[in-house]
Amino acid sequence: MFQRILTVAHQEIRIGLRNRWILLSVVILSAFSLALALLGSAPAGTLDVSRMTITVASLSSLSVYLVPLIALLLAFDAVAGEIERGTLLLIFSSPMTRGEFLLGKAIGHLCVLLLALTLGYGSTAVLLAATGGGDTGGFIDFARLIGTSTLLGLAFLSLGYIVSSLVRQVTTAAAMAIGIWLVLIVLYDLALLGALVADSEGFFASSVFPFALLANPADAFRLFNLAALDANAMVGGMAGVAESLPFPPVVALFSIFAFAGLALSCAVVLLKRVSP
Amino acid sequence: MSTTVLRAENVRKTFDGRDAVKDLSFELGSAERVALLGHNGAGKTTFFKMSLGFLPICEGQIEVLGAAPGSDEARASTAFLPESVAFQRTLSGVEVLKYYAKLKGEDPTKAVSLLEKVGLAEAGRRRVGTYSKGMRQRLGLAQALIGTPKLVLLDEPTSGLDPISRQNFYDLVSEISANGATVLLSSHALTEMEARTDRILIMSQGRLVANDTLEHLRAAARLPIRLKVKAKDEPAERLADRLGGTPVNCRSVEIMCAREEKIARIAAVTSLGPMIEDIDVHLPTLDDVYKHFSEKAHDEDRAGEA
Repeated sequence: MFQRILTVAHQEIRIGLRNRWILLSVVILSAFSLALALLGSAPAGTLDVSRMTITVASLSSLSVYLVPLIALLLAFDAVAGEIERGTLLLIFSSPMTRGEFLLGKAIGHLCVLLLALTLGYGSTAVLLAATGGGDTGGFIDFARLIGTSTLLGLAFLSLGYIVSSLVRQVTTAAAMAIGIWLVLIVLYDLALLGALVADSEGFFASSVFPFALLANPADAFRLFNLAALDANAMVGGMAGVAESLPFPPVVALFSIFAFAGLALSCAVVLLKRVSP
Repeated sequence: MSTTVLRAENVRKTFDGRDAVKDLSFELGSAERVALLGHNGAGKTTFFKMSLGFLPICEGQIEVLGAAPGSDEARASTAFLPESVAFQRTLSGVEVLKYYAKLKGEDPTKAVSLLEKVGLAEAGRRRVGTYSKGMRQRLGLAQALIGTPKLVLLDEPTSGLDPISRQNFYDLVSEISANGATVLLSSHALTEMEARTDRILIMSQGRLVANDTLEHLRAAARLPIRLKVKAKDEPAERLADRLGGTPVNCRSVEIMCAREEKIARIAAVTSLGPMIEDIDVHLPTLDDVYKHFSEKAHDEDRAGEA
Protein backbone atom coordinates (compact mmCIF):
# COMPACT_ATOMS: atom_id res chain seq x y z
CA MET A 1 0.00 0.00 0.00
CA PHE A 2 2.67 2.53 1.04
CA GLN A 3 4.79 1.36 -1.83
CA ARG A 4 2.01 2.25 -4.28
CA ILE A 5 1.27 5.60 -2.64
CA LEU A 6 4.95 6.52 -2.74
CA THR A 7 5.21 5.37 -6.35
CA VAL A 8 2.41 7.71 -7.40
CA ALA A 9 3.86 10.53 -5.27
CA HIS A 10 7.31 10.07 -6.79
CA GLN A 11 5.94 10.09 -10.32
CA GLU A 12 3.93 13.24 -9.60
CA ILE A 13 7.05 15.00 -8.32
CA ARG A 14 8.84 14.02 -11.51
CA ILE A 15 5.98 15.23 -13.70
CA GLY A 16 5.54 18.40 -11.63
CA LEU A 17 9.20 19.30 -11.96
CA ARG A 18 8.93 18.98 -15.74
CA ASN A 19 5.72 20.99 -15.92
CA ARG A 20 6.42 24.39 -17.48
CA TRP A 21 3.39 26.02 -15.84
CA ILE A 22 4.73 25.09 -12.45
CA LEU A 23 8.19 26.33 -13.38
CA LEU A 24 6.68 29.61 -14.52
CA SER A 25 4.73 30.06 -11.30
CA VAL A 26 7.84 29.36 -9.23
CA VAL A 27 9.73 32.00 -11.19
CA ILE A 28 6.90 34.47 -10.62
CA LEU A 29 6.77 33.56 -6.93
CA SER A 30 10.51 34.13 -6.51
CA ALA A 31 10.46 37.35 -8.52
CA PHE A 32 7.58 38.85 -6.52
CA SER A 33 9.08 37.64 -3.29
CA LEU A 34 12.46 39.24 -3.98
CA ALA A 35 10.84 42.43 -5.24
CA LEU A 36 8.71 42.73 -2.10
CA ALA A 37 11.73 42.10 0.10
CA LEU A 38 13.90 44.68 -1.61
CA LEU A 39 11.30 47.39 -2.16
CA GLY A 40 8.68 46.72 0.47
CA SER A 41 10.94 46.51 3.51
CA ALA A 42 12.20 50.07 3.19
CA PRO A 43 9.86 51.49 5.88
CA ALA A 44 11.13 48.94 8.39
CA GLY A 45 13.98 51.27 9.20
CA THR A 46 11.68 53.77 10.85
CA LEU A 47 9.73 51.14 12.80
CA ASP A 48 11.06 48.89 15.47
CA VAL A 49 10.37 45.71 13.47
CA SER A 50 12.85 43.40 11.74
CA ARG A 51 13.06 43.55 7.98
CA MET A 52 12.39 39.83 7.74
CA THR A 53 9.17 40.03 9.72
CA ILE A 54 7.76 42.85 7.66
CA THR A 55 8.72 41.03 4.46
CA VAL A 56 6.90 37.92 5.66
CA ALA A 57 3.83 40.09 6.22
CA SER A 58 3.91 41.15 2.57
CA LEU A 59 4.71 37.64 1.41
CA SER A 60 1.71 36.14 3.15
CA SER A 61 -0.46 38.36 0.99
CA LEU A 62 1.46 37.11 -2.03
CA SER A 63 0.87 33.51 -0.89
CA VAL A 64 -2.86 34.07 -0.76
CA TYR A 65 -2.85 34.78 -4.48
CA LEU A 66 -0.16 32.52 -5.84
CA VAL A 67 -0.25 29.36 -3.72
CA PRO A 68 -3.89 28.49 -4.52
CA LEU A 69 -3.13 29.16 -8.18
CA ILE A 70 -0.11 26.83 -8.22
CA ALA A 71 -2.06 24.18 -6.29
CA LEU A 72 -4.99 24.30 -8.69
CA LEU A 73 -2.60 24.17 -11.67
CA LEU A 74 -1.07 21.01 -10.21
CA ALA A 75 -4.37 19.39 -9.31
CA PHE A 76 -6.88 20.00 -12.09
CA ASP A 77 -5.31 17.35 -14.34
CA ALA A 78 -5.10 14.67 -11.62
CA VAL A 79 -8.15 12.63 -12.58
CA ALA A 80 -9.66 14.16 -15.73
CA GLY A 81 -6.25 14.19 -17.40
CA GLU A 82 -5.64 10.53 -16.66
CA ILE A 83 -9.13 9.70 -17.95
CA GLU A 84 -8.52 11.62 -21.15
CA ARG A 85 -5.16 9.96 -21.73
CA GLY A 86 -6.58 6.52 -20.91
CA THR A 87 -3.98 5.94 -18.20
CA LEU A 88 -6.55 5.81 -15.41
CA LEU A 89 -7.79 2.53 -16.92
CA LEU A 90 -4.28 1.15 -16.55
CA ILE A 91 -3.78 2.45 -13.04
CA PHE A 92 -7.03 1.04 -11.71
CA SER A 93 -6.58 -2.28 -13.47
CA SER A 94 -3.56 -2.71 -11.18
CA PRO A 95 -4.21 -3.54 -7.52
CA MET A 96 -4.46 0.11 -6.47
CA THR A 97 -7.36 1.67 -4.61
CA ARG A 98 -8.84 5.07 -5.41
CA GLY A 99 -7.85 6.41 -2.00
CA GLU A 100 -4.22 5.33 -2.43
CA PHE A 101 -4.13 6.96 -5.83
CA LEU A 102 -5.39 10.34 -4.63
CA LEU A 103 -3.25 10.27 -1.51
CA GLY A 104 -0.19 9.57 -3.66
CA LYS A 105 -1.08 12.47 -5.94
CA ALA A 106 -1.61 14.78 -2.96
CA ILE A 107 1.74 13.86 -1.39
CA GLY A 108 3.56 14.30 -4.69
CA HIS A 109 1.93 17.64 -5.40
CA LEU A 110 2.57 18.86 -1.86
CA CYS A 111 6.26 18.03 -2.28
CA VAL A 112 6.40 20.04 -5.51
CA LEU A 113 4.64 22.92 -3.80
CA LEU A 114 6.89 22.76 -0.76
CA LEU A 115 9.93 22.78 -3.01
CA ALA A 116 8.60 25.77 -4.94
CA LEU A 117 7.91 27.70 -1.73
CA THR A 118 11.23 26.81 -0.17
CA LEU A 119 13.09 27.93 -3.28
CA GLY A 120 11.01 31.07 -3.76
CA TYR A 121 10.74 32.31 -0.18
CA GLY A 122 13.96 30.69 1.00
CA SER A 123 15.97 32.67 -1.53
CA THR A 124 14.40 35.86 -0.17
CA ALA A 125 15.19 34.89 3.43
CA VAL A 126 18.78 34.13 2.53
CA LEU A 127 19.09 37.42 0.67
CA LEU A 128 17.72 39.38 3.61
CA ALA A 129 20.01 37.55 6.02
CA ALA A 130 23.00 38.18 3.77
CA THR A 131 22.28 41.93 3.64
CA GLY A 132 22.16 42.13 7.42
CA GLY A 133 18.42 42.02 7.99
CA GLY A 134 18.30 38.55 9.47
CA ASP A 135 17.43 37.39 12.95
CA THR A 136 16.17 34.17 14.52
CA GLY A 137 12.62 35.45 14.87
CA GLY A 138 12.62 36.35 11.19
CA PHE A 139 13.65 32.86 10.17
CA ILE A 140 10.88 31.41 12.31
CA ASP A 141 8.45 33.75 10.57
CA PHE A 142 9.67 32.47 7.19
CA ALA A 143 9.36 28.84 8.27
CA ARG A 144 5.81 29.49 9.49
CA LEU A 145 4.98 31.19 6.21
CA ILE A 146 6.25 28.23 4.18
CA GLY A 147 4.50 25.71 6.43
CA THR A 148 1.12 27.42 6.41
CA SER A 149 1.40 28.12 2.68
CA THR A 150 1.84 24.39 2.11
CA LEU A 151 -1.26 23.73 4.19
CA LEU A 152 -3.16 26.33 2.18
CA GLY A 153 -1.88 24.56 -0.91
CA LEU A 154 -3.28 21.24 0.32
CA ALA A 155 -6.72 22.80 0.70
CA PHE A 156 -6.66 24.03 -2.88
CA LEU A 157 -5.10 20.84 -4.21
CA SER A 158 -8.06 18.98 -2.73
CA LEU A 159 -10.49 21.41 -4.36
CA GLY A 160 -8.68 20.78 -7.63
CA TYR A 161 -9.09 17.00 -7.19
CA ILE A 162 -12.81 17.45 -6.59
CA VAL A 163 -13.15 19.42 -9.81
CA SER A 164 -11.00 16.91 -11.67
CA SER A 165 -13.15 13.99 -10.47
CA LEU A 166 -16.38 15.74 -11.38
CA VAL A 167 -15.73 16.18 -15.09
CA ARG A 168 -14.16 13.98 -17.73
CA GLN A 169 -12.52 16.70 -19.84
CA VAL A 170 -9.27 18.32 -18.82
CA THR A 171 -10.23 21.64 -20.38
CA THR A 172 -13.46 21.78 -18.37
CA ALA A 173 -11.54 20.90 -15.22
CA ALA A 174 -9.02 23.67 -15.94
CA ALA A 175 -11.77 26.21 -16.50
CA MET A 176 -13.50 25.21 -13.28
CA ALA A 177 -10.22 25.42 -11.38
CA ILE A 178 -9.69 28.98 -12.56
CA GLY A 179 -13.29 29.74 -11.61
CA ILE A 180 -12.68 28.46 -8.09
CA TRP A 181 -9.59 30.63 -7.78
CA LEU A 182 -11.50 33.69 -8.94
CA VAL A 183 -14.39 33.09 -6.56
CA LEU A 184 -12.47 32.14 -3.43
CA ILE A 185 -9.51 34.49 -3.79
CA VAL A 186 -10.97 37.58 -5.42
CA LEU A 187 -14.77 37.69 -5.35
CA TYR A 188 -15.20 36.23 -1.86
CA ASP A 189 -13.19 39.05 -0.27
CA LEU A 190 -14.93 41.67 -2.36
CA ALA A 191 -18.31 40.34 -1.28
CA LEU A 192 -17.27 40.32 2.37
CA LEU A 193 -15.92 43.83 2.06
CA GLY A 194 -19.13 45.02 0.46
CA ALA A 195 -21.24 43.44 3.17
CA LEU A 196 -19.01 44.92 5.84
CA VAL A 197 -19.33 48.41 4.41
CA ALA A 198 -23.10 48.07 4.21
CA ASP A 199 -23.39 46.82 7.77
CA SER A 200 -20.29 47.88 9.66
CA GLU A 201 -21.71 47.81 13.20
CA GLY A 202 -24.47 45.25 13.12
CA PHE A 203 -24.97 41.50 13.32
CA PHE A 204 -22.97 40.70 10.18
CA ALA A 205 -19.76 42.41 11.28
CA SER A 206 -19.77 40.90 14.75
CA SER A 207 -21.17 37.40 14.22
CA VAL A 208 -21.02 36.39 10.58
CA PHE A 209 -17.90 38.08 9.27
CA PRO A 210 -15.27 36.34 11.46
CA PHE A 211 -16.68 32.93 10.62
CA ALA A 212 -16.97 33.82 6.95
CA LEU A 213 -13.22 34.42 7.10
CA LEU A 214 -12.69 31.01 8.69
CA ALA A 215 -14.74 29.23 6.06
CA ASN A 216 -12.43 30.31 3.24
CA PRO A 217 -8.98 28.75 3.63
CA ALA A 218 -7.35 31.72 1.91
CA ASP A 219 -8.79 34.19 4.42
CA ALA A 220 -8.12 31.84 7.32
CA PHE A 221 -4.52 31.67 6.15
CA ARG A 222 -4.18 35.43 6.05
CA LEU A 223 -5.85 35.77 9.43
CA PHE A 224 -3.55 33.31 11.12
CA ASN A 225 -0.34 34.60 9.60
CA LEU A 226 -0.98 38.27 10.25
CA ALA A 227 -2.04 37.56 13.82
CA ALA A 228 1.00 35.37 14.36
CA LEU A 229 3.34 38.02 13.05
CA ASP A 230 2.38 40.30 15.88
CA ALA A 231 2.81 43.13 13.47
CA ASN A 232 -0.78 44.22 13.36
CA ALA A 233 -0.08 47.81 14.10
CA MET A 234 1.79 48.48 10.90
CA VAL A 235 0.33 45.86 8.58
CA GLY A 236 -3.16 47.27 8.96
CA GLY A 237 -6.04 46.15 6.82
CA MET A 238 -7.39 42.77 7.77
CA ALA A 239 -4.95 42.33 10.60
CA GLY A 240 -6.90 44.84 12.64
CA VAL A 241 -9.64 42.26 12.72
CA ALA A 242 -7.46 39.73 14.44
CA GLU A 243 -7.74 41.56 17.78
CA SER A 244 -11.48 41.70 17.78
CA LEU A 245 -12.00 38.06 16.80
CA PRO A 246 -14.32 35.94 18.92
CA PHE A 247 -11.78 33.07 18.78
CA PRO A 248 -8.00 32.67 19.08
CA PRO A 249 -6.15 32.93 15.73
CA VAL A 250 -4.96 29.33 15.91
CA VAL A 251 -8.55 28.29 15.20
CA ALA A 252 -7.96 29.64 11.70
CA LEU A 253 -5.16 27.13 11.26
CA PHE A 254 -7.42 24.27 12.34
CA SER A 255 -10.04 25.57 9.99
CA ILE A 256 -7.70 25.21 6.99
CA PHE A 257 -6.81 21.71 8.20
CA ALA A 258 -10.46 20.75 8.47
CA PHE A 259 -11.24 22.27 5.08
CA ALA A 260 -8.40 20.34 3.41
CA GLY A 261 -9.36 17.08 5.11
CA LEU A 262 -13.00 17.44 4.18
CA ALA A 263 -12.24 18.40 0.58
CA LEU A 264 -9.79 15.52 0.17
CA SER A 265 -12.35 13.04 1.55
CA CYS A 266 -14.95 14.46 -0.82
CA ALA A 267 -12.54 14.01 -3.72
CA VAL A 268 -11.95 10.34 -2.78
CA VAL A 269 -15.70 9.71 -2.56
CA LEU A 270 -16.20 11.35 -5.95
CA LEU A 271 -13.30 9.43 -7.48
CA LYS A 272 -14.83 6.15 -6.28
CA ARG A 273 -17.85 6.93 -8.46
CA VAL A 274 -15.73 7.68 -11.52
CA SER A 275 -15.66 5.04 -14.22
CA PRO A 276 -12.22 5.34 -15.80
CA MET B 1 -5.03 -28.86 -17.31
CA SER B 2 -7.63 -26.46 -18.56
CA THR B 3 -9.18 -24.16 -16.01
CA THR B 4 -11.62 -21.42 -16.79
CA VAL B 5 -9.81 -18.11 -16.74
CA LEU B 6 -12.66 -15.88 -17.84
CA ARG B 7 -16.32 -16.79 -17.77
CA ALA B 8 -19.18 -14.63 -18.98
CA GLU B 9 -22.72 -15.78 -18.30
CA ASN B 10 -25.77 -14.11 -19.87
CA VAL B 11 -24.13 -10.74 -19.46
CA ARG B 12 -26.27 -7.73 -20.24
CA LYS B 13 -25.34 -4.06 -20.11
CA THR B 14 -27.70 -1.21 -20.84
CA PHE B 15 -26.80 2.42 -21.43
CA ASP B 16 -29.79 4.78 -21.28
CA GLY B 17 -32.21 1.97 -22.08
CA ARG B 18 -30.17 0.80 -25.08
CA ASP B 19 -28.54 -2.61 -24.93
CA ALA B 20 -24.79 -2.32 -25.37
CA VAL B 21 -24.19 -5.98 -24.55
CA LYS B 22 -26.84 -8.68 -24.23
CA ASP B 23 -26.94 -12.44 -23.63
CA LEU B 24 -23.19 -12.67 -23.79
CA SER B 25 -21.91 -16.06 -22.64
CA PHE B 26 -18.55 -17.68 -23.24
CA GLU B 27 -15.59 -19.16 -21.44
CA LEU B 28 -11.86 -18.82 -21.93
CA GLY B 29 -9.53 -21.63 -20.90
CA SER B 30 -5.95 -21.21 -19.75
CA ALA B 31 -3.28 -20.34 -22.33
CA GLU B 32 -5.85 -19.73 -25.06
CA ARG B 33 -5.39 -17.03 -27.68
CA VAL B 34 -8.81 -15.64 -28.46
CA ALA B 35 -9.83 -12.81 -30.73
CA LEU B 36 -12.93 -10.77 -30.02
CA LEU B 37 -14.18 -9.25 -33.25
CA GLY B 38 -16.80 -6.67 -33.88
CA HIS B 39 -17.38 -3.38 -35.66
CA ASN B 40 -17.13 -0.09 -33.78
CA GLY B 41 -19.77 0.02 -31.08
CA ALA B 42 -20.37 -3.74 -31.06
CA GLY B 43 -19.75 -3.82 -27.31
CA LYS B 44 -16.13 -5.00 -27.17
CA THR B 45 -14.76 -2.17 -25.05
CA THR B 46 -17.84 -2.29 -22.83
CA PHE B 47 -17.17 -5.96 -22.23
CA PHE B 48 -13.52 -5.28 -21.35
CA LYS B 49 -14.52 -2.56 -18.92
CA MET B 50 -17.00 -4.88 -17.25
CA SER B 51 -14.39 -7.62 -16.94
CA LEU B 52 -12.09 -5.16 -15.19
CA GLY B 53 -14.81 -4.03 -12.80
CA PHE B 54 -14.96 -0.48 -14.22
CA LEU B 55 -18.59 -0.77 -15.29
CA PRO B 56 -21.34 -2.45 -13.29
CA ILE B 57 -23.01 -5.42 -14.98
CA CYS B 58 -26.78 -5.08 -15.38
CA GLU B 59 -27.63 -8.78 -15.62
CA GLY B 60 -25.71 -12.04 -15.56
CA GLN B 61 -22.17 -12.30 -14.30
CA ILE B 62 -18.52 -12.29 -15.22
CA GLU B 63 -15.89 -14.27 -13.36
CA VAL B 64 -12.17 -13.66 -13.67
CA LEU B 65 -10.26 -16.66 -12.31
CA GLY B 66 -13.27 -17.47 -10.16
CA ALA B 67 -13.32 -13.99 -8.61
CA ALA B 68 -15.51 -10.97 -9.21
CA PRO B 69 -14.23 -8.44 -11.77
CA GLY B 70 -12.30 -5.64 -10.12
CA SER B 71 -11.63 -7.65 -6.94
CA ASP B 72 -8.05 -7.73 -5.66
CA GLU B 73 -7.56 -11.35 -6.79
CA ALA B 74 -8.85 -10.58 -10.26
CA ARG B 75 -6.76 -7.43 -10.64
CA ALA B 76 -3.60 -9.08 -9.36
CA SER B 77 -3.58 -11.53 -12.26
CA THR B 78 -5.06 -9.43 -15.04
CA ALA B 79 -3.21 -7.15 -17.42
CA PHE B 80 -4.94 -4.68 -19.68
CA LEU B 81 -4.10 -2.49 -22.64
CA PRO B 82 -6.79 0.10 -23.42
CA GLU B 83 -7.74 1.06 -26.95
CA SER B 84 -6.00 4.40 -26.90
CA VAL B 85 -3.52 5.26 -24.23
CA ALA B 86 -1.32 8.34 -24.15
CA PHE B 87 1.34 8.23 -21.48
CA GLN B 88 2.65 11.43 -19.90
CA ARG B 89 4.61 13.10 -22.65
CA THR B 90 7.28 14.38 -20.31
CA LEU B 91 8.22 10.93 -19.00
CA SER B 92 10.56 8.49 -20.70
CA GLY B 93 9.55 4.97 -21.71
CA VAL B 94 11.67 3.52 -18.92
CA GLU B 95 10.05 5.78 -16.33
CA VAL B 96 6.57 4.81 -17.52
CA LEU B 97 7.31 1.08 -17.34
CA LYS B 98 8.96 1.29 -13.91
CA TYR B 99 5.94 3.19 -12.64
CA TYR B 100 3.42 0.53 -13.70
CA ALA B 101 5.68 -2.27 -12.50
CA LYS B 102 5.76 -0.72 -9.03
CA LEU B 103 1.99 -0.22 -9.02
CA LYS B 104 1.58 -3.90 -9.84
CA GLY B 105 4.12 -4.83 -7.17
CA GLU B 106 6.59 -6.26 -9.70
CA ASP B 107 10.33 -5.80 -10.10
CA PRO B 108 10.87 -2.52 -12.02
CA THR B 109 14.28 -3.57 -13.40
CA LYS B 110 12.79 -6.70 -14.91
CA ALA B 111 10.01 -4.65 -16.45
CA VAL B 112 12.51 -2.44 -18.27
CA SER B 113 13.85 -5.49 -20.12
CA LEU B 114 10.40 -5.76 -21.73
CA LEU B 115 11.25 -2.69 -23.79
CA GLU B 116 13.70 -4.81 -25.72
CA LYS B 117 10.98 -7.36 -26.39
CA VAL B 118 8.73 -4.78 -28.02
CA GLY B 119 11.60 -3.17 -29.91
CA LEU B 120 11.91 -0.01 -27.86
CA ALA B 121 15.30 -0.70 -26.25
CA GLU B 122 16.85 2.28 -28.04
CA ALA B 123 13.98 4.68 -27.44
CA GLY B 124 13.50 3.78 -23.78
CA ARG B 125 15.43 6.79 -22.49
CA ARG B 126 13.63 9.25 -24.73
CA ARG B 127 10.50 11.08 -23.68
CA VAL B 128 7.18 9.57 -24.70
CA GLY B 129 6.28 12.88 -26.39
CA THR B 130 8.79 12.07 -29.11
CA TYR B 131 7.31 8.60 -29.86
CA SER B 132 5.34 7.67 -32.96
CA LYS B 133 1.88 6.17 -32.61
CA GLY B 134 3.19 2.65 -33.15
CA MET B 135 5.90 3.16 -30.53
CA ARG B 136 3.37 4.36 -27.99
CA GLN B 137 1.23 1.32 -28.74
CA ARG B 138 4.22 -0.96 -28.20
CA LEU B 139 5.03 0.78 -24.94
CA GLY B 140 1.45 0.08 -23.86
CA LEU B 141 1.92 -3.54 -24.81
CA ALA B 142 5.13 -3.77 -22.77
CA GLN B 143 3.14 -2.39 -19.86
CA ALA B 144 0.58 -5.18 -20.26
CA LEU B 145 3.33 -7.80 -20.14
CA ILE B 146 4.73 -6.72 -16.78
CA GLY B 147 4.83 -9.56 -14.26
CA THR B 148 3.13 -12.86 -15.00
CA PRO B 149 -0.53 -12.09 -15.68
CA LYS B 150 -2.85 -15.05 -16.13
CA LEU B 151 -5.28 -13.06 -18.24
CA VAL B 152 -4.17 -10.43 -20.74
CA LEU B 153 -6.90 -8.21 -22.17
CA LEU B 154 -5.86 -6.18 -25.21
CA ASP B 155 -8.34 -3.71 -26.66
CA GLU B 156 -7.52 -3.18 -30.37
CA PRO B 157 -3.80 -3.66 -29.80
CA THR B 158 -2.82 -3.71 -33.46
CA SER B 159 -4.50 -0.50 -34.58
CA GLY B 160 -1.81 1.90 -35.71
CA LEU B 161 0.83 -0.79 -36.15
CA ASP B 162 2.58 -1.32 -39.45
CA PRO B 163 2.56 -4.87 -40.94
CA ILE B 164 6.01 -5.78 -39.57
CA SER B 165 5.20 -4.58 -36.07
CA ARG B 166 1.92 -6.47 -36.32
CA GLN B 167 3.81 -9.67 -37.10
CA ASN B 168 6.08 -9.08 -34.12
CA PHE B 169 3.06 -8.37 -32.03
CA TYR B 170 1.45 -11.72 -32.81
CA ASP B 171 4.75 -13.45 -32.11
CA LEU B 172 4.63 -11.84 -28.68
CA VAL B 173 1.05 -12.93 -28.14
CA SER B 174 2.04 -16.51 -28.94
CA GLU B 175 4.94 -16.22 -26.53
CA ILE B 176 2.68 -14.97 -23.74
CA SER B 177 0.23 -17.80 -24.21
CA ALA B 178 3.08 -20.29 -24.40
CA ASN B 179 3.98 -19.08 -20.91
CA GLY B 180 0.52 -20.02 -19.75
CA ALA B 181 -1.42 -16.76 -20.01
CA THR B 182 -4.78 -16.44 -21.70
CA VAL B 183 -4.92 -13.64 -24.23
CA LEU B 184 -8.18 -12.00 -25.27
CA LEU B 185 -7.64 -9.34 -27.91
CA SER B 186 -10.20 -7.31 -29.77
CA SER B 187 -10.08 -6.07 -33.31
CA HIS B 188 -12.44 -4.89 -35.99
CA ALA B 189 -10.76 -6.75 -38.83
CA LEU B 190 -10.58 -10.47 -39.26
CA THR B 191 -7.93 -10.38 -41.95
CA GLU B 192 -5.15 -9.54 -39.54
CA MET B 193 -5.89 -12.54 -37.32
CA GLU B 194 -4.78 -15.12 -39.91
CA ALA B 195 -4.30 -18.27 -37.89
CA ARG B 196 -2.60 -16.43 -35.07
CA THR B 197 -5.45 -17.10 -32.65
CA ASP B 198 -6.95 -20.33 -31.38
CA ARG B 199 -10.52 -19.17 -31.34
CA ILE B 200 -12.59 -16.32 -32.65
CA LEU B 201 -15.56 -14.63 -31.01
CA ILE B 202 -17.63 -12.32 -33.17
CA MET B 203 -19.83 -9.71 -31.56
CA SER B 204 -22.49 -7.76 -33.38
CA GLN B 205 -25.01 -5.34 -31.88
CA GLY B 206 -23.86 -6.36 -28.41
CA ARG B 207 -24.47 -10.07 -29.00
CA LEU B 208 -22.13 -12.95 -29.55
CA VAL B 209 -22.85 -14.31 -33.03
CA ALA B 210 -19.96 -16.73 -33.45
CA ASN B 211 -17.58 -18.59 -31.19
CA ASP B 212 -15.33 -21.09 -32.94
CA THR B 213 -12.02 -21.69 -34.65
CA LEU B 214 -11.35 -19.88 -37.88
CA GLU B 215 -11.57 -23.13 -39.89
CA HIS B 216 -14.95 -24.03 -38.45
CA LEU B 217 -16.26 -20.54 -38.99
CA ARG B 218 -15.20 -20.66 -42.60
CA ALA B 219 -16.98 -24.00 -43.07
CA ALA B 220 -20.07 -22.93 -41.16
CA ALA B 221 -20.46 -19.76 -43.18
CA ARG B 222 -20.75 -21.93 -46.36
CA LEU B 223 -19.70 -19.03 -48.52
CA PRO B 224 -19.43 -19.80 -52.22
CA ILE B 225 -16.11 -20.02 -53.98
CA ARG B 226 -15.76 -17.69 -56.93
CA LEU B 227 -14.14 -18.91 -60.15
CA LYS B 228 -13.20 -16.30 -62.70
CA VAL B 229 -12.64 -17.74 -66.13
CA LYS B 230 -11.08 -15.64 -68.84
CA ALA B 231 -11.97 -16.54 -72.43
CA LYS B 232 -9.33 -16.57 -75.18
CA ASP B 233 -11.11 -15.29 -78.28
CA GLU B 234 -14.67 -16.35 -77.56
CA PRO B 235 -17.25 -13.84 -76.45
CA ALA B 236 -17.96 -14.27 -72.76
CA GLU B 237 -21.63 -14.99 -73.40
CA ARG B 238 -20.87 -18.23 -75.22
CA LEU B 239 -18.59 -19.37 -72.44
CA ALA B 240 -21.25 -18.52 -69.91
CA ASP B 241 -23.77 -20.64 -71.83
CA ARG B 242 -21.55 -23.67 -71.63
CA LEU B 243 -20.32 -23.28 -68.05
CA GLY B 244 -23.19 -21.51 -66.34
CA GLY B 245 -22.41 -18.35 -64.43
CA THR B 246 -22.53 -14.72 -65.40
CA PRO B 247 -20.45 -12.91 -68.02
CA VAL B 248 -18.46 -9.90 -66.84
CA ASN B 249 -16.77 -7.25 -69.00
CA CYS B 250 -17.11 -9.25 -72.30
CA ARG B 251 -14.03 -11.44 -71.76
CA SER B 252 -14.64 -13.21 -68.45
CA VAL B 253 -17.23 -15.36 -66.75
CA GLU B 254 -17.82 -15.56 -63.03
CA ILE B 255 -19.01 -18.79 -61.49
CA MET B 256 -20.08 -19.13 -57.87
CA CYS B 257 -19.97 -22.63 -56.46
CA ALA B 258 -20.05 -24.45 -53.15
CA ARG B 259 -16.89 -25.92 -51.69
CA GLU B 260 -17.81 -29.49 -52.66
CA GLU B 261 -18.43 -28.58 -56.30
CA LYS B 262 -15.14 -26.82 -56.75
CA ILE B 263 -13.17 -29.66 -58.34
CA ALA B 264 -15.98 -30.65 -60.68
CA ARG B 265 -16.42 -27.09 -61.87
CA ILE B 266 -12.72 -26.61 -62.47
CA ALA B 267 -12.66 -29.88 -64.41
CA ALA B 268 -15.51 -28.59 -66.56
CA VAL B 269 -13.58 -25.41 -67.26
CA THR B 270 -10.32 -27.16 -68.16
CA SER B 271 -12.20 -29.54 -70.48
CA LEU B 272 -12.88 -26.54 -72.72
CA GLY B 273 -9.16 -26.48 -73.37
CA PRO B 274 -8.14 -23.91 -75.99
CA MET B 275 -11.15 -21.66 -75.40
CA ILE B 276 -9.76 -20.69 -72.00
CA GLU B 277 -6.93 -18.27 -71.41
CA ASP B 278 -6.84 -18.16 -67.61
CA ILE B 279 -8.68 -19.19 -64.48
CA ASP B 280 -8.66 -17.58 -61.01
CA VAL B 281 -9.99 -19.27 -57.90
CA HIS B 282 -11.15 -16.91 -55.16
CA LEU B 283 -11.73 -18.50 -51.77
CA PRO B 284 -13.95 -16.46 -49.48
CA THR B 285 -11.70 -14.05 -47.61
CA LEU B 286 -11.78 -13.67 -43.86
CA ASP B 287 -13.52 -10.35 -44.33
CA ASP B 288 -16.29 -12.17 -46.24
CA VAL B 289 -16.63 -14.66 -43.38
CA TYR B 290 -16.74 -11.86 -40.85
CA LYS B 291 -19.27 -9.92 -42.89
CA HIS B 292 -21.41 -13.02 -43.18
CA PHE B 293 -21.64 -13.50 -39.43
CA SER B 294 -22.15 -9.91 -38.44
CA GLU B 295 -24.78 -9.37 -41.12
CA LYS B 296 -26.56 -12.53 -40.10
CA ALA B 297 -27.03 -11.05 -36.64
CA HIS B 298 -28.19 -7.81 -38.15
CA ASP B 299 -30.85 -9.54 -40.24
CA GLU B 300 -32.04 -11.61 -37.28
CA ASP B 301 -32.33 -8.46 -35.22
CA ARG B 302 -34.39 -6.79 -37.89
CA ALA B 303 -36.63 -9.84 -38.23
CA GLY B 304 -37.07 -9.81 -34.46
CA GLU B 305 -38.06 -6.16 -34.43
CA ALA B 306 -40.57 -6.56 -37.28
